[in-house]
Amino acid sequence: MDRTLPASQRGSAMASRLTISNRAGWGFALPAFALITIFIILPFFFAFYLSLTNQRLISPNPTQFVGLENYRDLLGLSVITLGPERDENGAAVLNELGDLTYPRVRTVTRNPDFPQYRGMREWFRWRSGENARVVIASDVVFWKALANTLTFVFFIVPLQGGGALLLALLINQKLRGINFFRTIYFMPVVISIVVISLLWRFIYDGGDGLLNNILGALSFGLFPPVDWLGQPETALGSIIVMSAWQAVGFHMVIWLSGLQTISPTLYEVAAIEGASKWQTFRYVTWPGLRNTAVLVLIVITMQAFALFAQIDVMTNGGPLDSTQTLVFQAVERGYGKQDISGGSTISVLLFFIVLLISLTQRYLTRDRS
Amino acid sequence: MATVRLSDVRKSFGSVETIKGVDIEIGDGEFVVFVGPSGCGKSTLLRMIAGLEDITSGTVEIDGQVVNDIEPKDRGIAMVFQTYAIFPHMTVRENVAFGLTIKGAPKEEKERRVAEAARILQMEHLLDRRPSELSGGQRQRVAIGRAIVRDPKVFLFDEPLSNLDAALRMDMRMEIGKLHQSLKASMIYVTHDQVEAMTLADRIVVLKDGKVMQAGPPMDLYHEPANLFVAGFLGAPSMNFIPVNVDGVDGDHVTISSPSVDRMTVRGRGREFTVGQTATLGVRPQYIRAAAGTDGMLHGHVELTERLGSETVVDVALPTGGKIIAALPEDRILAHGSEASFEFDPSQAHLFPEVER
Repeated sequence: MDRTLPASQRGSAMASRLTISNRAGWGFALPAFALITIFIILPFFFAFYLSLTNQRLISPNPTQFVGLENYRDLLGLSVITLGPERDENGAAVLNELGDLTYPRVRTVTRNPDFPQYRGMREWFRWRSGENARVVIASDVVFWKALANTLTFVFFIVPLQGGGALLLALLINQKLRGINFFRTIYFMPVVISIVVISLLWRFIYDGGDGLLNNILGALSFGLFPPVDWLGQPETALGSIIVMSAWQAVGFHMVIWLSGLQTISPTLYEVAAIEGASKWQTFRYVTWPGLRNTAVLVLIVITMQAFALFAQIDVMTNGGPLDSTQTLVFQAVERGYGKQDISGGSTISVLLFFIVLLISLTQRYLTRDRS
Repeated sequence: MATVRLSDVRKSFGSVETIKGVDIEIGDGEFVVFVGPSGCGKSTLLRMIAGLEDITSGTVEIDGQVVNDIEPKDRGIAMVFQTYAIFPHMTVRENVAFGLTIKGAPKEEKERRVAEAARILQMEHLLDRRPSELSGGQRQRVAIGRAIVRDPKVFLFDEPLSNLDAALRMDMRMEIGKLHQSLKASMIYVTHDQVEAMTLADRIVVLKDGKVMQAGPPMDLYHEPANLFVAGFLGAPSMNFIPVNVDGVDGDHVTISSPSVDRMTVRGRGREFTVGQTATLGVRPQYIRAAAGTDGMLHGHVELTERLGSETVVDVALPTGGKIIAALPEDRILAHGSEASFEFDPSQAHLFPEVER
């Protein structure tokens, strides 16, 4: 390299040396690069393309380009207002329980006067005065899956992130046998999620499951057995708790690494200044964990959106679609129903949702200093 | 402001004793510097006074009160660390006010005391900055500000200047000296840098292997080192040590000889010597002069000269294999490899009964 080159040119010469002449380096990177391209980057763009067609997994018919039809079919959503049924005098008709009765939703969705509601079905409804407001969707299962996934994310992030932080604070001490606890808490992470899901199916069993037995024993038999995975009210909650337990060890290790980067001298300053345990956490530990917190938050959110294995093993989306999730639906459609374009459409939507949420989180947790 | 008294303080880590019975008394408003090579226990000793390390045995008293079992926050101390230990997510103002925030002090009191500390340290213009926008010296100033706001009985400094570059270190050293003069507080300062020790201290405590080697005013230690270690540790370049034989003892006058040095009589300074023993002669490089021709007491050939302008440091290889360093006043040219002869005043030499390992 010429010593007389100006600094700017020396910089670019340095860059080209790094990128071009390092053949061995690129050679080593090539296998990984090729695999990532074939199995991640290409399928990613392929999914975009497929979501704009009517491609099926196996079909004698040629693939047709359908534009945004798949997205319309998934996202179609409307609110209709139903007035109560009235007799010839105009008074509302009550059923035998004394409640108002309403015409069936299909009187709207199958009405040729309202072609825009054709094929839509009821998702949920609420009362507004005498009228019923009904949310109808062209793909109710998708919307339920979306709602369930968001619910899952909403609960799992604080549960898993907070739980992991708590465990990390507990095991970040110099105590005899602390490695035993570190191992115990980390164990679920290294066990296959399928195995764990099967085990928890036994734990949650409605008849003779471990959880029912424990609750029964603790309450001297007063607690009636619950079919945890068999009821729409408890199924998703059960999966949230089990999922939080499974991955908490992983995030505990990340928190722990963050905790250990905080200078011990800062804790000594806090001790000299007389900070209480809580003040030490508030002024020393938590600010020191800022970057770790952003990482944990984003990783948990992304993992939570990918919820699949537990559902597949434990509930198959049931009961009554109460544990449907986006990834489960994408797989179910793409392979179960051989509707590859439908599955791809869900995948693409999921990508944009996760991207949006991650960007929002990055923005909200940005370093303001 | 307060006195600090350490009585037979010991510290063991497992079966290893690192502080081996230290007795030190620090007077009200005194600036005491603990100095010693790394691993001598000076920082451990300071941390024991602060309450950050347990005291295995012995007592530490601050202001007449035994503080062995008192929490750091209740000891009336403030500490400044080598790594600054200021909070990166807080502004300078918040950092300086940290102790007051912890106590839940009212806003006006915080403002007033932060302003006062900022005025003392001349950093009013930095108050709204974050530590990442400050230089090392400014960061250490913030840490000192935080200590001032605590209004402690005793200030503890743990190598506060070691992370700063040389020029800044000198500035900050002077500032700490001025701070002591204006606050008139008791201060204990740990350093491995003998220049900091010499310039700042009212009294220096030289430590080695967990024991006090000598304690006293800087100039006493410089001119009357109690032993070989203190003699070699204080002063730059270090004192020259030459192994000699004791040929005769007459009261406090000891006659010595060696293949490297002409026979001479030096003061024993109260130390016991017996005829025939091996002893160590110590001469500071500054007291060695170049002799005319070959009239000197020391002869050798010049291995290296470092011309600093104000003085010239000469490495001289003695014919017997040893080496001495002479710091000659002003700029001098001594050719590399040339034979040279040196002399010194025997009354400025020290004789130690120990032999350098």
